[in-house]
Amino acid sequence: MAHPLRGATAITGLGMTPMGRVFDRSATELAADAIALAIADAGLRKAEIDGLLINSGVSQGLTLGLQNYCGFADLKLLNLMNAAGSTAAQMVQYASMAISAGMARNVVCVFADTPLSEGKSSGTAYGMRANAPSRPRGMVGLYTASGYFGANTPYALAARRHMDLYGTKQDHFGEIAVSQRQWAVMNPLAQLRDPITMEDYHASRWIVEPLHLLDCCLVSNGAVAVIVSPASEAKDLRQPPVYIHGMGQGHPGDDNRAGSNWETETGARIAARTAFAMAGIGPADVDICELYDCYTYTVLVTLEDYGFCKKGEGGPFVEGGRLGPGGSLPTNTGGGELSAYYMWGMTPLSEAIIQGRGAGGERQVAKNNVILCTGNGGNLSYHGCLILSPHAS
Amino acid sequence: MTQETAIPKPLPVPDEASRPFFEGARAGRLMLMRCLACGTLRLPSRRHCDRCLSPEVEWVAASGRGRVRTFGIMHQRYHPAFADDIPYNVTVVELEEGPRLPANIIGIPNSELRVGMEVVVDWEHHEDVTIPKFRPA
Repeated sequence: MAHPLRGATAITGLGMTPMGRVFDRSATELAADAIALAIADAGLRKAEIDGLLINSGVSQGLTLGLQNYCGFADLKLLNLMNAAGSTAAQMVQYASMAISAGMARNVVCVFADTPLSEGKSSGTAYGMRANAPSRPRGMVGLYTASGYFGANTPYALAARRHMDLYGTKQDHFGEIAVSQRQWAVMNPLAQLRDPITMEDYHASRWIVEPLHLLDCCLVSNGAVAVIVSPASEAKDLRQPPVYIHGMGQGHPGDDNRAGSNWETETGARIAARTAFAMAGIGPADVDICELYDCYTYTVLVTLEDYGFCKKGEGGPFVEGGRLGPGGSLPTNTGGGELSAYYMWGMTPLSEAIIQGRGAGGERQVAKNNVILCTGNGGNLSYHGCLILSPHAS
Repeated sequence: MTQETAIPKPLPVPDEASRPFFEGARAGRLMLMRCLACGTLRLPSRRHCDRCLSPEVEWVAASGRGRVRTFGIMHQRYHPAFADDIPYNVTVVELEEGPRLPANIIGIPNSELRVGMEVVVDWEHHEDVTIPKFRPA
């Protein structure tokens, strides 16, 4: 028997502001822009929105006050949520569950971030520990004393461990970077649209070895909003509905604890079981992957943890352009966070919606029956996913 | 090499929870917390056991031996105090007893670092705090 929530809700609206070096608006203003775009996209009236879920990015520019700024009165669902890069998928999950529970009908899920400041490097935004007090209190100071800074470091550490355990090569990460740029070339929304070669990849400077610059995502200002509605009403709205067939989360916990294999075995393993069971499918049924790609390595380990290949075989799996245009597993078809735009989990989610609608233009994948969309945050600490489809059942 | 005007490294200041760790470091002992209820060893310092949530704890000395679990070579300049050290290694050391620590491996070039390499603690003494480093065993 099919899961009762499989196909019960759908994504009916998508709003995206200009993304990248956008300096003329605050996070709240960007969020309001995205919400207005999403409502218009869905063909809904503002008064029909009765739920608002908010995710502020690294710059923490959004508060619950977004409700008042946008003038939403008498909401039936409201929260400020944060599980880092897994939040976008999670907001859609909670919206979907609330709709199925009869608590709300049309729920806006919005993300906005303004990490970039005019005249400052993008690294400033994610240097985090480098911005900490000059003398941190307690053992956390062992990180700063060692020169362990930023988000790049833990992902480099994870990638190194994978390379050592399984023989994964630098070229394998390069394959992912090159494939995704091939997709970005065809995406008018992408910030980086010049093709790159494997030579370009290897020539890009080291950030934290084994991560080159081209292994690391962009940093972008901007906002994205999506609307979740009951499936029964979605088909009468303006856009082709993108139905929610599966949902899952997985959060493995403290990476310092004895026995943790956080570097190579992520929460995706747990989320995959839940989401595939709900959708009644397995990895072989997935047509398109939109995977959170803060780093090339994140894509590789996520593919393994969803069972597209065995643990440790992600490197050989991505060889030969498998993930790129014309490959057998089209992945991050808009260029992803590496080449298109970095809106945390809204990057894979927005492209999944575009592909689900068949609105990908030059980059549209013909077979789009099952789309896997993932979000990841922390040091591979938080994971959420959606299985989406243009078909109700 | 360090100039008088150099920006100091962001060294930790011991707080109440971590004081036994840093007092041990001063005396050349690598200290771990051990839960009195279930025996689980833990770092970094925190009030509750992350296995059973008991706050009953004692501090015990570790062997000081461990292995390189993984490492990265830092090329990006995140903090001005490390500018002259680039490229330097950031390593996670898995102690013989289980818990893990971020540290630098000293005494060998970065090119000779390997995952699984056996290492032993060494101590870097500063005016008011001592920091664990590791070198090949």
